[in-house]
Amino acid sequence: MGFFDDLRFFGGFKQAIIQVLEPRVTTEYPKQKRPKPPRLHGRHVLNRYEDGMEKCIGCELCAAACPADCIYVRGADNDPENPNSPGERFGFVYEINYLRCIHCDLCVEACPTEAITESKLFEFSFTSRADAIYTREELLVDDTGAVRRQPWEDWREGEEQHTSGWMRATAPAGAAEYEGVVQWSGELGHGVRPPEGGQSGRRDDSATGNISIREVNRAKIPVRFGGRVR
Amino acid sequence: MATWSGLESLSHNFLTGKLEEFVNWCREHSMWPATFGLACCAIEMMAAGAADFDLARFGMEVFRPSPRQADLMIVAGRVSQKMAPVLRQVYDQMVEPKWVISMGVCASTGGMFNNYAIVQGVDEIVPVDVYAPGCPPSPQTLIHAILTLHEKVRTGEITRRRSDSGSGAGVDLAAEVPGWTQPLPRPVHLGTPR
Repeated sequence: MGFFDDLRFFGGFKQAIIQVLEPRVTTEYPKQKRPKPPRLHGRHVLNRYEDGMEKCIGCELCAAACPADCIYVRGADNDPENPNSPGERFGFVYEINYLRCIHCDLCVEACPTEAITESKLFEFSFTSRADAIYTREELLVDDTGAVRRQPWEDWREGEEQHTSGWMRATAPAGAAEYEGVVQWSGELGHGVRPPEGGQSGRRDDSATGNISIREVNRAKIPVRFGGRVR
Repeated sequence: MATWSGLESLSHNFLTGKLEEFVNWCREHSMWPATFGLACCAIEMMAAGAADFDLARFGMEVFRPSPRQADLMIVAGRVSQKMAPVLRQVYDQMVEPKWVISMGVCASTGGMFNNYAIVQGVDEIVPVDVYAPGCPPSPQTLIHAILTLHEKVRTGEITRRRSDSGSGAGVDLAAEVPGWTQPLPRPVHLGTPR
């Protein structure tokens, strides 16, 4: 065994050295958040019309659609002089138990007035079961239409803009010719949100603030597919 | 309360206070979880431990197969009635101090499995410190729960959720219960802090 034969020992480090030079994939979560996929389901938001009226009419269809029985709604008659919602009734008790909710968005599909939509926030945790029950006051958007950020939730700048993503991403009844066509009413503080467009070619990611999953995972896609990993 | 042994019998002065902070700091930054993946939540727990989210940043990359070496049990997934005694035994075998994170809605409340086969909430069996919502919780949610637990370990109590934020299911205890005041954070004692 000569000297140069011993050097072959270092050949075993070749793969390790290559890996050291690869781009870092770790997202240091508490310091930064990785961008989320456009249609992600997070915690709910109860919306208002542009005149400030609540959209929820207390019909309990969301509670009926919920497979995990996490929603509790009770409707009450509106005061004709000072109504909460445009209809006869409004949801005066609206509670979602986030330790039951599986974020399936069946409530969003079931809602006839687009009252309940989902944001993209899911970074929150609780120290007791009672804390996990969000009340109507916590779910409802505030007077400017912004999401009420609860102090234990980890909101970052601009994240509250991503509510009603599911509404904006899908066409009514899934009909392809309606993709990218606005089919919903305006929201307080946001107006009529721009549609996502899907694959229809009318897609405008700058208007919706979406980042494609390909961009999100750029650091994990091989170079030959347009990414950064060798 | 049982008789205290150790530092708890001492009065809270400068020395024991600083020692307590040091112990809390040590516990917070070297919390080893026990491997207790039961269902799909375990996939997200593995993802949290892998390079993308890297639990090693918090000093907890080693998921111990032996409960004797673990401080934290992350109950990841639905607990069936047959698994319940096993879960309790693993919890009993862990050494003090020990903490439990209930990860996901199935472990927390049974979730959508509201049936005879699934335990409706793992807190029927073991005392749970932090609940992570989601189905399954993303690695970020799990890390958030872990950080909440770290805060709980560090201060002894989480007081972020108060009545003045309009939270707590609308119940304002200070207004409804005469003589009730918001409990202040208490320091963690050298036993199990609950």
